[in-house]
Amino acid sequence: MNGTLCDLRSVDKSFGDNRVLKQLNLSLPAGSVTVLMGANGAGKSTLVKILSGVHALDAGSITLLGKDFRPSTPSEAIRAGVVTVHQNINDGVIPDLDVASNLLIDRLAEPGYGFFLKRRQNYADAERIASQMGLSLNVRQSVAELGVADRQLIAIARAMAHDPQLLILDEPTSSLSASEAERLFLLIERLSAKGVAVLYISHRMSDIRRIADRIVSMRDGEISGVFEGEELDYEGAVNAMLGHRMTDADITIGTPGKRVLEITDLKLLSGSKPFDFDLSENEVVAITGLLGSGKSAFAQSLFGLGRPAGGRIRIDGEDYAPANPKAAIARGVFMSAKDRANNAVVADFDITRNITLPFLGRYSNLSFVRRSDERRTANEMIEALSVVCQGETDSIGTLSGGNQQKVMLARWLAEQCRLLLLDEPFQGVDIRARRDIGRKIRETAKNRATLVFVSELDEALEVADRIIVMTEHSVAAEFRNENVDLNEILTAVTGAMPADADSAARTAHA
Amino acid sequence: MSMNQTETSSAGSRAPKRQPHSSGLIDIAIRYGFLALLVGLVIFFSVFANGFAGPRSAVFIFQSVAITGILALGVTCTLVVGGFDLSIGSVATSSMMLAAYMMVVLEQSAFVAIVACLAMGALIGLINGLLIVKTKVPDLLATLGMMFLLVGLQRIPTEGRSIATGMSLPDGSTAEGTFSPLFLQLGRHRFDFMLDNLLPAPVIFLVVIGILVWVFLELTRHGRLMYAIGSNERAASLTGTNVNNYKILAYMISGVLASIGGMLLAARLGRGDIASGTNLLLDAVAASLIGFAVLGAAKPNAFGTSMGALFVGILLQGLTMMNAPYYTQDFIKGLVLVIALVFTFSLSARKAGGH
Repeated sequence: MNGTLCDLRSVDKSFGDNRVLKQLNLSLPAGSVTVLMGANGAGKSTLVKILSGVHALDAGSITLLGKDFRPSTPSEAIRAGVVTVHQNINDGVIPDLDVASNLLIDRLAEPGYGFFLKRRQNYADAERIASQMGLSLNVRQSVAELGVADRQLIAIARAMAHDPQLLILDEPTSSLSASEAERLFLLIERLSAKGVAVLYISHRMSDIRRIADRIVSMRDGEISGVFEGEELDYEGAVNAMLGHRMTDADITIGTPGKRVLEITDLKLLSGSKPFDFDLSENEVVAITGLLGSGKSAFAQSLFGLGRPAGGRIRIDGEDYAPANPKAAIARGVFMSAKDRANNAVVADFDITRNITLPFLGRYSNLSFVRRSDERRTANEMIEALSVVCQGETDSIGTLSGGNQQKVMLARWLAEQCRLLLLDEPFQGVDIRARRDIGRKIRETAKNRATLVFVSELDEALEVADRIIVMTEHSVAAEFRNENVDLNEILTAVTGAMPADADSAARTAHA
Repeated sequence: MSMNQTETSSAGSRAPKRQPHSSGLIDIAIRYGFLALLVGLVIFFSVFANGFAGPRSAVFIFQSVAITGILALGVTCTLVVGGFDLSIGSVATSSMMLAAYMMVVLEQSAFVAIVACLAMGALIGLINGLLIVKTKVPDLLATLGMMFLLVGLQRIPTEGRSIATGMSLPDGSTAEGTFSPLFLQLGRHRFDFMLDNLLPAPVIFLVVIGILVWVFLELTRHGRLMYAIGSNERAASLTGTNVNNYKILAYMISGVLASIGGMLLAARLGRGDIASGTNLLLDAVAASLIGFAVLGAAKPNAFGTSMGALFVGILLQGLTMMNAPYYTQDFIKGLVLVIALVFTFSLSARKAGGH
């Protein structure tokens, strides 16, 4: 049962200068569930896209059932038996069609289907597929009327209609409740027992504990750890995924100044545990945690992008509940958003205009922009952050990722603020720019409080005085960045799960 | 003929290059190609079309582009925030009908008529904007819906008839009001400029509005923020920009400018003519899209829009004077638009990929 079904050898893939997969080797055995873990940007999605025929690999080879496998289109991959259910469920179903059409949509797309729909036969086939999968659904119902869980199961059922050899599930439980997820796990177990190889991508430790036969950790485009056997080493897997090539960042923790941010009993979700948190001038604190741990929700509630379910936030002793980013900025709370291409970079603008965007009022008389002033600021910021460019009028698109990120940082450093929020400031940035940015964050931290939201531990260790670990939308642990025991942080990152609580209780009992 | 030349030269400039820095000549072609073409066109017609070169002909061209130019400047504002206003043509004709109705049927003064038209333009812009930002109707669909609505609405008060002094009203009486002479002057007055009675008033309006829109978009922070919204709405909102307000503002500018265009049309015609203004929307949209190609901007801009309107005007006037049949005009306009769009988008894609 455990022969290797799919084998990847020395797979390489680059997008422009960005080498996403580096000599990656991975084998997937039949009849077992392999969980793939990796932080943002580790290359998971690229790997999935290569297997599902969206991208072609640059170098290396993939064999499927001993044969060379090199799909050039998704449908080719599906015909060869590699079926993928994507993270975004709405990519997997077509809401306006009924369940039967959704289950059979790939068949409709096949060349030999014919011109007219065969309705009766379709309904019969769809019912057969649904019952095989243990789905009790009216196949004539429109998918738009169904909940997220049913849509997810339909997407998977549709995948199953192809008799897959390899089933890839990308974060399938991210929008499912516990009981819905359990239905999915039963299904996965049944498939796995039939000899299907399952590649399961997730960050949820509870899911991983429930379903994994083996864990593969990915980091920076390489496999950084494979964990198999009776007792899976979950912490080891997370460690391998987050990594800690201890960098020579020498953090000297300064003395905190005036208290800036005071948080009491903050509940990010109505069901999450309330937490307290304080932050002072001259402090840089990193917030870390796995995907879905509540980091982003925390950042958003501080910047007026979402309302917390309860609790109190004060800035400089005064209540703070911004309704939108504009209100947050007015109170001196700035945020450099994550995912700069979508949330930060104005592609049509040059460097100057990108920097001065939030504070144009400062460069205007009666609304007329004083160009020489904004150029001066831009030049100062370019100098201060050592942005590599030809001049302040370069289009932002001509810069490398790291330099674009520096410009995005410059946008917020150009003005004095009380609280600076940096959401994933090192995303898609090379190591040198990352050092520059980290150094600059610390150098300028004197008169403000700084919160850095990062998913990689390295980055937290390089930049922060304190490290806060979040799980389940609440603060799980706090560490002073001085001789920290990495394993403790890792335990905190993966911990606070029901399974852990159980085992802790059991040990205590014994 | 001159069209063919640009086509090949632009194709030639695009084809071979993979090396970004050897492109000085191409950059010049992108920047000034369109303006060179405009000058070439003027020279061509001056030589081959009898009577084309001369102030009278120039004024005729200006007059023909004045109203579409004003409308096109409005569309440009909505394009800047990443939207599109399809209702401008019908806002303009509604404004024309409203002006006529106010003066001819309701016997109001020119001042009241003008205020009513401007208010209507602003209100329709506001409604368009609210439909788009609050109810999330996609811009093209919202303004398309508004277009249909207005085309119908403007005919209801007169049961589908044009408005002129002496017309009989639905209740059987006769409309006694007249267009105020002052109002008619807006569309008909000619200022002395080098020659007596040379410059028509609408041209002055176009120039003034063109400069105002240009200053607003290029020199003020509001214009800057509107461009930021058009390029990356999410980023703009995360820098504290009130995206919704600016979008609504853009549609209101568009509505007001369209209503001005409509009033000038009413003043020129001296009646509320149901049948006129059918070409306004397409001409204005064409002018603002052609404007993308001017100076290699690859984005909506006031100067480009004015040049685009002028270009279409020169082309049509020249062709008319060379006795090209009227039905070729739409074809030529469409052709110019398609070529300008290809020019803009293929070159801007190249520019973004380069360096």
